[in-house]
Order: sequence, then C-alpha cells, then structure tokens
Amino acid sequence: MLGKNKGANVPFSETVIELFIRLCGISAIIFVFGIFFFVFREGAGFLFGGLDLGQFLTSPEWYPTSLSHKRYGTFALILGTFSVTALAMLLAVPFGLGAAIFVSEFCSPKLRETFKIIIELLAAIPSVVWGFIGLTLMNQLIIKLFNAPIGLTMLNGSIMLALMSVPIIVSIAEDALKAVPDSYREAAEALGATRWQVIYRVLLPAAKNGLLAAVLLGAARSIGETMAVLMATGHSVNIPEGPLSWIRTLTATIAAELGEVARGSEHYQVLFIIGILLFTITFVVNLIADLVIKGIRQA
Amino acid sequence: MQKANIAVFTTRDVIAPTNLSERLANNKKTFLTFIVLLSAFGCAPSDDATGTARPGKPVVIKNKGSDTMVNLAQAWAEAYIGVSTTASVEVSGGGSGTGVAALINGTVDIANCSRQIRPKELEQATKNTGKVPREFIVGYDALAVYVHPDNPLTRISIPQLAEIYGEQGTLKKWSELGIAHAACPSDKIIRISRQSNSGTYFYFREALLGKARDFALGSLDLHGSKDVVEVIERTPCAIGYSGMGYATAHVKMLDVAVESGAPYYAPNLQNVLDKTYPIARPLYMYSLGEPTGEVKIYLDWLLSPVGQKIVERLGFVPLKSEGSP
Amino acid sequence: MNNTTHTEPGSARADGGSLFTETAIGRRKRWTENGVRIFFFLMCCFMILPLLLIIGYLLYKALPVLSFDFLFTNPKDNMRAGGLWAPFLGTIYLVIVSLLVSAPIGVFAAVYLNEYARDTWFTRIVNLAVVNLAGVPSIVHALFGVGAFVLFAGLGESILAASLTLAIMTLPVIIASTKEALNAVPMAFREACWNLGATRWQTIRRIVIPNSISGILTGVILQVSRAAGETAPIMFTGAVFYKAIAEGDVFAYNLMEQCMALSLHLFTISTQVPDVTAGIPDGTAIVLVGSVLLVNAAAIVVRVYLRTRKKW
Repeated sequence: MLGKNKGANVPFSETVIELFIRLCGISAIIFVFGIFFFVFREGAGFLFGGLDLGQFLTSPEWYPTSLSHKRYGTFALILGTFSVTALAMLLAVPFGLGAAIFVSEFCSPKLRETFKIIIELLAAIPSVVWGFIGLTLMNQLIIKLFNAPIGLTMLNGSIMLALMSVPIIVSIAEDALKAVPDSYREAAEALGATRWQVIYRVLLPAAKNGLLAAVLLGAARSIGETMAVLMATGHSVNIPEGPLSWIRTLTATIAAELGEVARGSEHYQVLFIIGILLFTITFVVNLIADLVIKGIRQA
Repeated sequence: MQKANIAVFTTRDVIAPTNLSERLANNKKTFLTFIVLLSAFGCAPSDDATGTARPGKPVVIKNKGSDTMVNLAQAWAEAYIGVSTTASVEVSGGGSGTGVAALINGTVDIANCSRQIRPKELEQATKNTGKVPREFIVGYDALAVYVHPDNPLTRISIPQLAEIYGEQGTLKKWSELGIAHAACPSDKIIRISRQSNSGTYFYFREALLGKARDFALGSLDLHGSKDVVEVIERTPCAIGYSGMGYATAHVKMLDVAVESGAPYYAPNLQNVLDKTYPIARPLYMYSLGEPTGEVKIYLDWLLSPVGQKIVERLGFVPLKSEGSP
Repeated sequence: MNNTTHTEPGSARADGGSLFTETAIGRRKRWTENGVRIFFFLMCCFMILPLLLIIGYLLYKALPVLSFDFLFTNPKDNMRAGGLWAPFLGTIYLVIVSLLVSAPIGVFAAVYLNEYARDTWFTRIVNLAVVNLAGVPSIVHALFGVGAFVLFAGLGESILAASLTLAIMTLPVIIASTKEALNAVPMAFREACWNLGATRWQTIRRIVIPNSISGILTGVILQVSRAAGETAPIMFTGAVFYKAIAEGDVFAYNLMEQCMALSLHLFTISTQVPDVTAGIPDGTAIVLVGSVLLVNAAAIVVRVYLRTRKKW
C-alpha cells in the first residue's frame, strides 16, 4: 500500500499516524472480542463449575434467589424473548415492507427525502421513551380495547418493538429494492404488467434476499432491546399463552436483577451467562443477515 | 424503592461554595488519568475524590447499606444540609450485606441494615476494628397487602397469602377465599410481586413462607413499590404487597392475621408499634462503637421528632418516642 | 397497447371521441395503479402517525410543567417535584466524554477501512465486526462495561466508565457514516493528489477528509443522539438514581464520580418514585425526545446544507 508513494520519503510522523489508523481500523474486532471476553470472564466460573446447562436452557423455573432450592432455568425467558420478537415482526414487517415499497417505487424524489427524514427521526426516539409510552398510554389503550385485566402484556411490548424496528426494516428493504435494476421494471411494464404485478412478480422476488436481511436485522434489534420490554411486558416469568399474557425477556431480566445482586455470586454469574447467550443469538442472526446481503452482491 | 444501582449522594457539593478553578483543575487531572488509561487500556488508579475530606470542608459522615433504606437515608442527608454546617452525609446503597461488610472493614461511620446484625458479623467487626458496633432502631418498615377498592375482601391471613403466592399454592381464584368478586369476571387472582432480589421481595417471602418454600412463578414482578400500587389501582383482579406508605385513595389495604383463627390487624402506625401487625420489621443503623462527635449529633437528630417526621413522609413507620431505643 | 392500430383521425372520432380510447382493461389497470399507490401510501403513514401522536401526547401531558426553570432546577423532595438540572447535565457529560473517545477512533477506523484496507478476508472480517458491534444488545454492552471498565480497569461506577461503554456502543454509527462519506469522494481526487507527490496521509488530510466532512459530521451528530438516549449501558456503569449537584454549575460533576442521566431519570420516576407531580415524567420524556430529535434535525440540516455545496 505504501508502494503508492513511489519512493517519496515518508516522514516519521506519518508512520506513527498510519500505525494509529491501523490500530483504530481493527478496533472493531478488538471490541467485539473484548465484549465476548469480559462478559465471558465474569460468567465463566459458574458456567464451567456447577451450572447445569441443560436445565439452564430447558427449565422454565427461574428461582435465582430461592433460599432452599436455587434454580436457574431460562426457558420461559427465552420463549418470552422470541415470542415478543415474533409478534413484533408480524406487526412490523408488513408495514415496514409496504413503506419501503412506497418510498422506493411511488415517491417523487422530494417526498422520498421527507419520508426518509421522518423514518430517521422515528429511529432516534430512545428506547426508554418507548417503554414509558408502553407503561402509560399503550397500557391504558390495551385495557380499554381488549378488556384485558392488565395492559402490560406481550402485545404491548410487541407494538413498542415493532415501532422501534420498523425504521431499520424500511431503510434496509428500501436499499434492497433500489438495488433491483431498472431494466427489470421496464421489461415488466413493457409486457403490460400493472404496478402491483411489477411489485409482486418482479421486485419482491428479485429483492428477496435483501428483504430477508431487513427482517433479520429488525428481529435482531427486537431481541436485544431492553428498556422498552422491561417496562411494557409485565415482567413475569411465564410461558406465554397468547398476545395478552404477560412475559419476561432475557434482556429485561438482566436489567432488573443486576443492580442488586452480590458481585461474584452464582446469580450474578448467571446473569452474565444470559449475556453470553444474548450475544451469541444476536451474533448469529447478524451473521446470517450479513451472509444473505453478501449473497445478493454476488448474484 | 429498591433502586437498580448504587446511589451516591454528595451533599458537600451543595453546601460548600465550590471553587471553580479547583473544580476545573480536578477535572483536568481526571482527564489526564483518562488519557493515560486510553492509551494503556489497563488499570488506572482509582482517583476517588469523594472519600477524602479536604481541609476547611465540613466533616463527611459516610453512610452505607440497605437498599430498602437508601431513599430514607438520602432524605435525611438532604434535610441535614439545612441543619448542620459542620457535617455532611454521603449515602450509598448496595444492600444490607454491603453495609455490614463496610462496617467490618471500618470504612463507614454508619451502616444501614434492614435486618439485625448477625452475632458472627458483630464478632468480626469487634475483632477487626476494636470497637463494638452500636445498634439503633431508626424506624419500621411495614408491608401492606393491597387490593382493588372494588374487591369485597377486607382481611386475609398469612397462611392464605402463602397459598396465594407460594409454589404449589392452592388458592388461585377469589371465590376460593369465600368472596364473590363481581368486578373480576375471570375470578382469577392476579399476583403482583417485585423483582426477585429486592429487599421487599425477600422480606415478604420470608414472612409468608419461611426459608424453605418459594413463590410461584407467573406473578408480575414489577420494578418499584410505586408500580405495584399503580397497577393494582387499575386491575380489579389483582393482589399485591408494598410499603404501607405507598397507599393511595384508589387502593384498599387488607387487615392481616398471623393465623386464620387469630385476630386481624389493620396496617397502621399504632399496630406496627404495638408489634401486633404481622408484616413489619425494624430498620437498623449501626455505628462503629459508641457514636461520638458529628456522628452522634447526626444520629440524635435522626431520632428526634424532626428526623422521624421524614421517616413518616417516606412511607415508613416512625418510632413511638424520641431518643435512642 | 390497446390502441395499436393506426386509423385515420376522422374514423377514430366515431367510436369514442379520442385517439387513445380507454378500454375496460385500461381503466381497471389505472384503478389498480391508484389503489396500489394509495395502499402503500397508507402503510407509510402508519409509521409516521405514531411519531406525531407520541410527541403530541407527551407535549399535551407535559405542558403544565414545561418551563425554563424545569431544565435548570434540581429534582426536589425525593424526586417528586423540581426540575431536571442534575440529570440533564449528567447526560451532557456522558455524551461529551463518549464523543471524545468514539469520534477519533470511529473516523480513523473508517479511514482505515476505506483508504488503506484492500479487499482481503481480513478486511471482510473487520467489516463484519463493525456490523456485529452495532448488533450487540445494549444490555450486553452494559455487562461488558461492568466487566471491563468498572471492575477490570478499576474505574468503579463513574462517568468515565459509563462514557467508555457508550463510546464503544456508538462506534459503529460513526464508522458507518464516515465510511460512506469517504467512499463518495471520487477516486480521481486522490489520484490527482498522489501524482503531485503527496503521501497517502497528506492526501487523506488535505483532500479526502475535507471533501467528506459533511458525512463525518453527520455521523458524529448521530452518535450524540444515540448516546444521549441510551439507558441500559449506563445503568450499572455510572448513572445513579439520585445525586445532588449545585444548580447552574456546569463543572459540578467529576469524571470519577457517578452522575444522574435523563434516560435513567425517566425510568426511575416512572416506575419507582411515588407521588411524582403529574406531568413531570412526561416532561422528562419530552425533554429527552426533544433533545435527541433536535440533534438529529441538526444532522439533517448539516447534510442537506453541505450537499448543496458539493463541488462534484
């Protein structure tokens, strides 16, 4: 790379700066490993010394502070995380894709800019504010609309997560749609296809990898979200039965319990092991999304 | 009330007229530490500025311990700013165990404890510091059992509560308590609880079930005492527990009996002081040895009517009369 | 397509009155066309509506407490009343310190990825790491902050530990937008500079960065907005429930001490503090949302303004 200088004398200061740039360049790798290392380090003692991993993953019994019989089963929490995310995606994906199609296929450039700005602003609202809305406004709405005893439910959390992940879905799906060459559209229209047919028969199949990646990244965002689900889902260790049952997620459990747990205790270490689990889940989802996107680039 | 992390309350910042340049220099120093740290990414000496008393500044009384009491301790410290110019109080939480550990190490002046100190801890503290910790009861914490005002239930016994909350509990419906709860069509008892490591949860569980049994899963484990009461206000089917002081006009407190045949007592100041109300516990403060100087003045003030008024304001139960117990 | 046969103008008048008559199929096509357009437009509106409704709702509820004093007085009376000074200042501290860390690292990382790195497997891994760093849940960042900064580095729970946690969390925001901005600078600019004998770094400093400053600035501003709104990463690394500071003193916090923060303050007063004066939680939420949206709006303005001045 320095060959580009063709024999020019590279001053010493520049060597130092380039070294610094390289160091910053690989910082992302260092940090990702650092995160894994330090979270692992805090939880490792119990992970390899005493924790029954089978029970950890499959038992719904979460009794970290029991005096007689401590049990660390996260099955209900895992199920809570996935069910709230699935419902959120069910709500967010149609609207997200619909909005992406509108922005990329129907908008004038000016309108497109406006919509993108609004989507950006929607993405900027902090999660604790969504949680607050869930706790106050959405809670009362759900009680009124569904005649539910308590509005702090999976549905409440899912609506908040849907609103939070829609901007991600829209922006990535729009990129994917824009990547479909115009010649595809022109060819379809020349054959007499309506706009709907163009979208349904040509655009969606052509952009399907990108759209899948959009959904995956939206889901990853939902899985990792903490404050909104902590405040809106009722925070109850429960195998979910329907949208109106109250649940608890992996993230919310860490947030609620880490503050008052004694450092180094089993309970403390289990919370870090849940952190490792979360890290792994989101890492895998992100990796798949990345491979899916790479897939389109190569095609 | 059990907050999620350790609170630091530095009254010195408020009372002492802050010297701007000194502040700046102080920040510059930390900034340098921070640059060094960045490049090294290693251990930096902890530049603990709060712990050391600077000459000319008021004496800092260090107070640490129970999370149940941290709000109360803060309120005292906040009010003490207007009382004393020669001492200020620094409060942090972390749990009763943390407070006692600090007492054993001799790093605090006063430890807050929502349980009594254990004989072994007392012995350790005496051995380590050469001083015998002195116990003060500074107030009481009484948990009330709340239901929706439309609930016809007016009283409940501890064994009934145990069957509602406990693992493999037998009471799942309001009708099983012998009442017809018209406002709750599903008849299902919705249990409201607290996150499983809060002091309130621990105390309520022990009062109901002792040490051998656990709460059943599936309760709503809310994050604060206030949350509990607010959810009950809106939920006719719910039952929950929270500090007595959190009561509002929109919820109902139940009378509680130790056993089904025993007399029922309402959660009020008198019954707590008489020790007839069953779900109440004293709140302790431990000083290192017989308190002297500013620490003694502070403790005397806490136990005075002025200090005890704050106990009442925060939803705890004040002592009957002034003076140390 | 239905009017393919070319007829004499006169004869066409007889069957409809216009040269290009709309047939039934054509009409249906036009209807579906409009229907589809309206359908997708409505879906788009469904996303915008919540933004407006939420801000409207919060503003309506918060109106009684919103005032100049609200921002510049401390929370009082066990956080039941008063204003937002201590949490607001705390958030500013956290944001500034995290920005000081993440801006240089992020910009240089992007410079490396765009200007130095060749397309090798290693570069692909670095890019993947950036994507994954962005995908790590905020609560896992909190655990990392506790493990690495609070405990291992011995910083304790402090503004510094919390800011470093935030800095690492927001790094991908800066890397992504800087990379995009650098990528937009035409290759010819660099080549011209190299041909004049400039070194790689000189080219970057004099040509590439000045020409992509708008994108870099946007990234930095977005980092601020992201850092200001986060709650989970600072909960256990440096933000506290309550801390009194001197009102009006902007140097009231020390970097090694803990601080209050707007986001955590909203959480505590809405779940844990009893009898909070009505409107204060909503007011806190609106101040938080307002500051974040203002910062984002600034990013948009910078982007639009500098784009109009683009030289190529």
